[in-house]
Amino acid sequence: MRPQALLAAALLGMALPVLAGEIAPSGRRSGYDFMSADSKAMQDDDTANPAMLSVLEGETLWTTKAGAADKSCSDCHGAVDVSMKGVAARYPAFSAASAAPVDLGQRVNLCRRQHQEADPFAPESRELLALTALIAKQSRGMPITAGGDPRLASSVARGRELFVQRQGQLNLACANCHDDNWDKHLAGSAITQGQPTGYPIYRLEWQGMGSLQRRLRGCMTGIRAQAFDFDAPDMIALELYLMSRAHGMTMDAPAVRP
Amino acid sequence: MMRSASRLIVLIIAALPAAAVAQTLARYAIVGDGIPEPLTGQPGDPTRGRALVLARSSTCILCHFGPFPEARFQGDLAPSLAGAGSRSTPAQLRLRLVDASQVNPDTIMPSYYRIDGLTRVGSAWRDKPILSAEQIEDIVAYLATLRE
Ligand code: HEC
Ligand code: HEC
Ligand code: HEC
Repeated sequence: MRPQALLAAALLGMALPVLAGEIAPSGRRSGYDFMSADSKAMQDDDTANPAMLSVLEGETLWTTKAGAADKSCSDCHGAVDVSMKGVAARYPAFSAASAAPVDLGQRVNLCRRQHQEADPFAPESRELLALTALIAKQSRGMPITAGGDPRLASSVARGRELFVQRQGQLNLACANCHDDNWDKHLAGSAITQGQPTGYPIYRLEWQGMGSLQRRLRGCMTGIRAQAFDFDAPDMIALELYLMSRAHGMTMDAPAVRP
Repeated sequence: MMRSASRLIVLIIAALPAAAVAQTLARYAIVGDGIPEPLTGQPGDPTRGRALVLARSSTCILCHFGPFPEARFQGDLAPSLAGAGSRSTPAQLRLRLVDASQVNPDTIMPSYYRIDGLTRVGSAWRDKPILSAEQIEDIVAYLATLRE
């Protein structure tokens, strides 16, 4: 879109027109909607949702002192259901310290390093998944708001560029499946809109927890592309674009997914 | 012709620094809307072709469905392959498999025998076509038997 058009849209306070192939806000659906009744029931019942085990582990970590500072998360942040309410719904967010967008896992690791003076948790480690699951749960039922900060604009734009770019040996763009064919099936699986509402998730196929980054790496490998490294700027940009694309959708983390 | 010729040049240039890795593709000539000559100089085997169409690694039935009662998971992203041999000639089927983007520039169907013009291909798959010339011929031979 031309800058003048963007400006005009901003001045008039109107919603930007939907680009070809993009899903209209009213047509957006969480991965939850595509699941079998059994999987939905598993997600809906906290005593059946395996992701809640990870949340419990997160609760323990939240109050455990760590690092040279010998401080726990709760020493600074207090009760998680108060201090972390709605936080996951606005990540990735701009970090002044990193002068870049950081996702929730990276944000936790910033506190590990700067405030606890401890080693950061590895991507996909039990601890990082547990703490992000705990924090994400505090945004359940809340609308996604990530991506609005003007300092994120270039990263959102980069994420969108990656989303619509054909890649991999199969030469497919994320948008080919998740914007244009979301109501269809790839072999047996519902393609879905690729909405990031539920992360971290318990995925039945993994028989374990995983982050949005792990999910995206799976889709990239599926089209035989070189998956972005964990925490690479392009990975964060893609996460950020997905969250801004899901603006206003309801968080259902920690979700169950097939 | 023009397009395949320029592709060849691109291939040669791209192959120079990485000559050891790059795989050379068989040359082929597009005539009209097809590739009349088999890539291998000889016809393929339809039995092997059917097995290939059903194989996960060939990716066909991720998108397509067809007369494959034994395949539990088939896609509905693309039309049925039933009758493919009545709708297209072997030459057209060959071009569609080699490089579907020459048939339909916006297609989501991958080009199975093309290694240029791709972005961020994973290292395990880089500089290799998805299918070999022999595999393309086997699949063409099989699809040609799907008549209605
Ligand atoms: C060939 C089609 C295809 C392409 C291309 C593709 N995906 Fe997916 N994606 C799928 C399918 C199928 C699933 C659902 C798998 C399942 O849950 O069984 C999925 C799942 C997802 C999910 C999880 C949604 C949820 O409800 O949790 C996200 C997010 C996603 N994809 C993002 C992407 C991104 C980003 C790209 C591009 C890098 C991409 N996908 C490329 C087919 C595709
Ligand atoms: C010594 C105090 C301290 C400790 C310990 C600490 N944090 Fe923080 N945390 C902060 C401060 C201060 C901020 C605000 C940003 C900044 O200045 O770094 C913050 C920000 C955050 C944010 C972003 C909140 C938002 O609104 O964007 C998250 C999430 C977070 N911390 C999680 C954690 C977790 C999880 C732990 C334990 C592993 C932890 N923090 C430990 C001080 C701390
Ligand atoms: C990513 C999805 C996808 C994959 C994978 C795929 N195709 Fe296709 N194919 C399509 C689409 C979509 C069409 C419809 C025409 C178009 O859009 O170009 C098509 C069209 C065709 C046609 C012409 C259909 C007709 O009869 O008119 C044939 C034949 C065909 N594909 C065979 C194959 C074979 C064989 C494979 C595996 C080697 C394969 N396709 C893999 C998406 C796919």
